Amino acid sequence: MKPLVVEKAQAEKWLEELCRVFDVFCPVKVKGDLYQWGRLGKKGLPRIPEGVPKTSIKTFFFPQPEVLFEFGARPGLKDAFRLKEPVCEKRPRLLFGVRPCDARSVVLNSMPYEEDPYFQKNRDETTIVGFLCKDGCSTCFCTWTGGSPLGMEGMDLAVVELEDGALFLEPITEKGLGLLEFDFFREPTEEEEVFVKGLREKVNKDAEETSSRLRSKGLMDLYNAPFWQEVSDACINCGTCTFLCPTCYCFDIQDETLRGKGRRIRYWDSCMFPLFTQHASGHNPRGDKLKRVRNRFMHKLKYFPDRFGPVSCVGCGRCVRDCPVNIDIRQVLARMLEV
Amino acid sequence: MSSVNEKIAGKIRSIASSLLESGEVAAFLGYTTGSLPGMMQPYVARDAKEAENLSWSSFCVINLANYLPALLKSFEPPRRPNEPPPEGPLPKVGVVATGCWSRNMVVQIQENQIDRNRVVIVGISSRGMVDRRKVQRFVGNREILSMEEQANFLVVKGKDFEEKINRWDVVRDNCKTCTHPDPVIYDELVGGLSGKRDIPDRFRQVDEIEALDIEERWKWFQEEISSCIRCYACRNVCPLCYCPTCFVDDSRPQWVGKSIDRVDTALFHILRAYHCAGRCTDCGSCESVCPMGIRMRLFTKKLQKDVLELYGFEPGLDVETPLPLSTYKVDDPEDFIITNIKKGDKK
Repeated sequence: MKPLVVEKAQAEKWLEELCRVFDVFCPVKVKGDLYQWGRLGKKGLPRIPEGVPKTSIKTFFFPQPEVLFEFGARPGLKDAFRLKEPVCEKRPRLLFGVRPCDARSVVLNSMPYEEDPYFQKNRDETTIVGFLCKDGCSTCFCTWTGGSPLGMEGMDLAVVELEDGALFLEPITEKGLGLLEFDFFREPTEEEEVFVKGLREKVNKDAEETSSRLRSKGLMDLYNAPFWQEVSDACINCGTCTFLCPTCYCFDIQDETLRGKGRRIRYWDSCMFPLFTQHASGHNPRGDKLKRVRNRFMHKLKYFPDRFGPVSCVGCGRCVRDCPVNIDIRQVLARMLEV
Repeated sequence: MSSVNEKIAGKIRSIASSLLESGEVAAFLGYTTGSLPGMMQPYVARDAKEAENLSWSSFCVINLANYLPALLKSFEPPRRPNEPPPEGPLPKVGVVATGCWSRNMVVQIQENQIDRNRVVIVGISSRGMVDRRKVQRFVGNREILSMEEQANFLVVKGKDFEEKINRWDVVRDNCKTCTHPDPVIYDELVGGLSGKRDIPDRFRQVDEIEALDIEERWKWFQEEISSCIRCYACRNVCPLCYCPTCFVDDSRPQWVGKSIDRVDTALFHILRAYHCAGRCTDCGSCESVCPMGIRMRLFTKKLQKDVLELYGFEPGLDVETPLPLSTYKVDDPEDFIITNIKKGDKK
């Protein structure tokens, strides 16, 4: 689809128009250097920080919690234990300023959640305006995992910020094309086309494709590799890596009742927690932390690629930066490739 | 690395490798250099060769006492829950300990989580550990690509900047107000002792919050925890949190909801802090590991102040003095109970 350009001043008006139709979210500065996804606040074009916000966009696809259904919980009353679909009157959502790694995570998560009506509904109701990366940071590694700083997978509209603050827009899907049905745009100049092309050429295309190498490894060879002991020694089994990770999607389900009203919720769980695999009998197949740590990496880098093709990691680097004990997935990946 | 740290690291390596070589310990728990600038990784050396990976710097922010109970257990032969421990001595573990870490080991000994005879403690007087977030703020949140430690300075480099930072300016708040930098129990000592420090305003941060009126205080608390993602890093890194099942994980009865909810999150933080009352040594690990930058250490600091005022007690200073909240004395002041009765009398 043909790219268009919007000047900075016009872009603000465009965003105003979009706000009439969508609930617009973007990275918002919460405190200090902490950026989180939040509602677009004051008018004007938000500054999209380099790199990714602390938390990922998975919160829009896997709400914390997702209400599956509601029910009356007072025995004897007419509506007791009758299931009701939760009422939510929300407008379609637009995520503005999604980096390529996060956008790609939606595509990867969609594979195991292909038949999940809740995830798919959230996906249908969400439009992604991605911002391509001109500059990576030292902890991100999307090219190792099959992505690219200029990748557009998962986006509906891809944006490149031009030197003068204008935005170079490439619609990817019909949804993205729909965002451009206004008079704010012009055709890109030749220079602008050359600039964007130049960025594409700069991307390291020789990056190693790790998923095929991982798929070719013997499953049990990786499982029984001796380095898991060392990797897990430092782990404190917290949920930082899994909760910040855009492609960690595991959940637990529970009924909550309060004052005669009940709801069944689906909320984030983490394979780092012992409870994740605890059986009712008391037995726990992943009873010690080595097994839990191994599972997290094996799931992302072996079981997922074996089942779906790509690795379940987009290389955003969140776990690298925020693991309290500095367990670095890049080093684990390197060790797995050595097996 | 600064020569101070290099000397300490060298000493740790030689002690650890001789302990491992002689078979006195089965493992040695210390730190190794991490993959990011200003990051150290807790590390378990299981033979003399691995002991060469041990290191030391101002970035050892995690209290190693946290790992001890499980590490010791990993060297015991497996047994059923009610089976008595095997007869004869069990393998020992060596561990590095600063003031607060050693104080937490004292608490663990008092609470029967570790056996003093099974740990060989290598004591180090702490110079105060550095808060990575303070360094980050100091350089205007630009990306840091290298951090080199000199005796009293940090040299921080990024793509287009280089800053020399006074080390003490970026030391963690808890270390700045630490009164006991020296290890209280140890078998070997690395470097000298620096003695008890007198910090007259060590509860200043707490005093400031106490000075607010009740609504303001609640607002402060709510804002502080608003970004919590319930990853439980603060709980898991804490050497006091060793319950096999934490109250947040219980489902019958369910004390606290499982997803993100303001009330549940507040309940978790309040209960976590209260469980640490009279046991917390203000090691600051909880705050250091929080990915969201929540200053939950201030909650436990408040309780530390209360316990000091109400019981005249500081935890972990010696094994003999019982913990105030797990014992009873006839002359306990108990002013907090009596105050309410007095108020009632005046009516």
